[in-house]
Amino acid sequence: MKPKGWKDLPPGSVVLEAGSAVKFKTGSWRAYRPIWHEENCIQCLLCWIYCPDMSIKVKDGKRGEFDLDYCKGCGICALECHGKKGKKAIEMVEEGK
Amino acid sequence: MAKVVAVTGNEACANALRQVNPDVCGIYPITPQTDMMQRYASFIANGKVTTESILVESEHSSMSACIGAAAAGGRVITATSSQGLALMWEMLHIASGDRLPIIMPVVNRALSAPLNIHGDHSDAMGARDTGWIQIWSENAQESYDNTIQAFRIGEHMDIRLPVMVCLDGFIISHSIERMEYLEDGEVRDFVGEFKNFLPLLDLEKPKSYGPLILTDLYHEYKRAQHEVMTKVKDVVLDVAKDFEKLSGRKYGLFESYRLEDADIALVILNSAAGTSKDVIDEFRQRGVKAGLLKPRLFRPFPYEEAAEALKNTKAVCVMDRADSFGGYGPLFMEITSALYHLKERPVLINKIYGLGGRDYMPSHAELVLNELNEIAKGGKVKIIKEYLGVRE
Amino acid sequence: MATGLTLKELSKKEDRFTHGHRMCAGCGAPTIVKMVLLATDYPVIAANATGCLEVSSCISEYTAWKIPWIHTAFENAAATISGVETMYRSLKKQGKIDKDVKFIAFGGDGGTYDIGLQSLSGAMERGHDMLYVCYDNGAYMNTGIQRSSATPLGADTTTCPAGDIIPGKLRVRKNLTKIMAAHNIPYAAQASPSHWMDLMKKVRKAHEFIGPKFMNILSPCNRGWRSQTNDAITLSRLGVNSCYWPLYEIEDGVTKITYTPKDKIPVADFMKPQGRFKHLFAPANEWLLKKVQEEVDKEWEKLKKQAECGC
Repeated sequence: MKPKGWKDLPPGSVVLEAGSAVKFKTGSWRAYRPIWHEENCIQCLLCWIYCPDMSIKVKDGKRGEFDLDYCKGCGICALECHGKKGKKAIEMVEEGK
Repeated sequence: MAKVVAVTGNEACANALRQVNPDVCGIYPITPQTDMMQRYASFIANGKVTTESILVESEHSSMSACIGAAAAGGRVITATSSQGLALMWEMLHIASGDRLPIIMPVVNRALSAPLNIHGDHSDAMGARDTGWIQIWSENAQESYDNTIQAFRIGEHMDIRLPVMVCLDGFIISHSIERMEYLEDGEVRDFVGEFKNFLPLLDLEKPKSYGPLILTDLYHEYKRAQHEVMTKVKDVVLDVAKDFEKLSGRKYGLFESYRLEDADIALVILNSAAGTSKDVIDEFRQRGVKAGLLKPRLFRPFPYEEAAEALKNTKAVCVMDRADSFGGYGPLFMEITSALYHLKERPVLINKIYGLGGRDYMPSHAELVLNELNEIAKGGKVKIIKEYLGVRE
Repeated sequence: MATGLTLKELSKKEDRFTHGHRMCAGCGAPTIVKMVLLATDYPVIAANATGCLEVSSCISEYTAWKIPWIHTAFENAAATISGVETMYRSLKKQGKIDKDVKFIAFGGDGGTYDIGLQSLSGAMERGHDMLYVCYDNGAYMNTGIQRSSATPLGADTTTCPAGDIIPGKLRVRKNLTKIMAAHNIPYAAQASPSHWMDLMKKVRKAHEFIGPKFMNILSPCNRGWRSQTNDAITLSRLGVNSCYWPLYEIEDGVTKITYTPKDKIPVADFMKPQGRFKHLFAPANEWLLKKVQEEVDKEWEKLKKQAECGC
């Protein structure tokens, strides 16, 4: 993409497109990847509320897969996951393994 | 129908603001501006305007709140002086960088230390590089007229920049002069409805004001900001033309006084120009071709036009009521820049006068005009920058 | 109609702060912003003080905000939003706008406790209808972990480093929540992202008061606290359970503790996982660790008394 010249800029550097940060994917920051084990998931949605990167897809009140385009791999979800019968529904694995 | 009144500069500006009736006003006291905004507060308290005031706890917050209000979408004013303007400094750049047409009378006063409450131009000169348009005013009438015109200039859709209207502290802000008010309705019609541009309060189109912009685009944004300034002169002249139709009073980028055939000239801002004009008349009566240039638009500075107006003079003294310690006076630097490109240019000297409200007397103007006369006849320049009326 | 405060219901709402922001992995602040905005069932405009949240959420043409948002400078988020709110009132009075809009300012502890305190105090005193949210991570994290007046006693920062002679910060934190309450504002509260329901209830409550409201929210920073990327929520919970960060609210001058830990844990449990307190666990600094516990106990007892007497 050709970088913008000074004549192409919005006046006052105002960002006109709300939520345009979605175009900036942060998934490549990840060193660890979360894996969701649905069988251990009790759908408490704590992972969703605690995720700092809005990277857990939820539809109709039920969680689905991780949004790996944005997940930075912090691991908060895995640490906070209650799981089922002592078994966590989220596990962190090293990227590239 | 114009109404003839006897009022102070502060009262004149306060009334111009009342006639415009902006949406939001930041109010904070500082001598010698205080009286202007307390008059405005009384207009609000008595229902003469519908403005919402913000009675801030500092000038920094005043400008911050004005920026918030202007970005929200509406007409915004405040006023200040001296230390107050200095405290706003950071925010002045943000108001212009965000392209918000805030209108602010600046009642010029010296800067500390030592503490001094009287009139000089150190405050506004310190703010000349903040990206604001600066319009300077000789007397109460000009302060009033410039304040009204400032709205049309700053809010012009090609411009959208904040404007300072400068007037001399005490000498103008507190002296009662004869002047003419326009009718409220005339002012309202002249200024017109505020036109919104990217308002935050447009909830359907959420915007983000004030992003972080690093090496990739900052340089381009500043270039774009300069481009806007290049359009200001034409707008100032167009607005002045309309204003002349309404008031009969003529304004330009600067005032040329008996300059057409002048051999020697003073370049001087604001109230001291009035004193100087009287002395120039005396010199003219004696057959000395003296003239004066009084800048009105200081930012953007009309370099080409000023050079054209001064090109046939032989010697010019630029009079600064502010100093750049270790440098020349700020106005002197602009005039030398303007004249440098001429093949033949007048000899230039710089006098620093009237700091901290020190009186500028007709005798001072005489002294300078006599010196210029000697230089014009082939005399040598003894010293380029000198302090006028200073005790040894 | 307000959304029910259940995660199921809340998850159906659209995010007003999106992914693609560039806060560090595991930062507490974006979660706080998410919770505050999820709890807000109104059109809302936000101001942001310069800081981590601001520089990471709006860069060039990328903004994570789906609501109108404004950043101007570091020390003036409260003054800036007070201007926005005043314009709103002016236009509403003139009949040019009819919606009910809420106004929120976000600032870190540097921009709130320190450089922004004057403008915050001014805005609170003037009575603007706004909620100021401080995300308190206890230092100037954006510039690289310098001491602020919110930095806890004993902490190691880059400007109060734990050295051989001076063992980190020797002063206690400023109690900003109480300073704000002393402005006689209708609502001031302290919250923690670990206790999401408590936090969101407080936001809801705050919005129902007309006038200035203040919330101080503990915001773990794994860079500055020198902890793990996954422990922001766990640490904030330990902060609450040790009463280092009590959850309470002051409503019209009346203090109410909104959560009392069943078993108050030693503050060392909160401090141990954090590298910024590592030096306090050396024998030579035992006295300082003891002092930290004493300070926490003293403040907690004071707060309980305040709540008991209904003042």
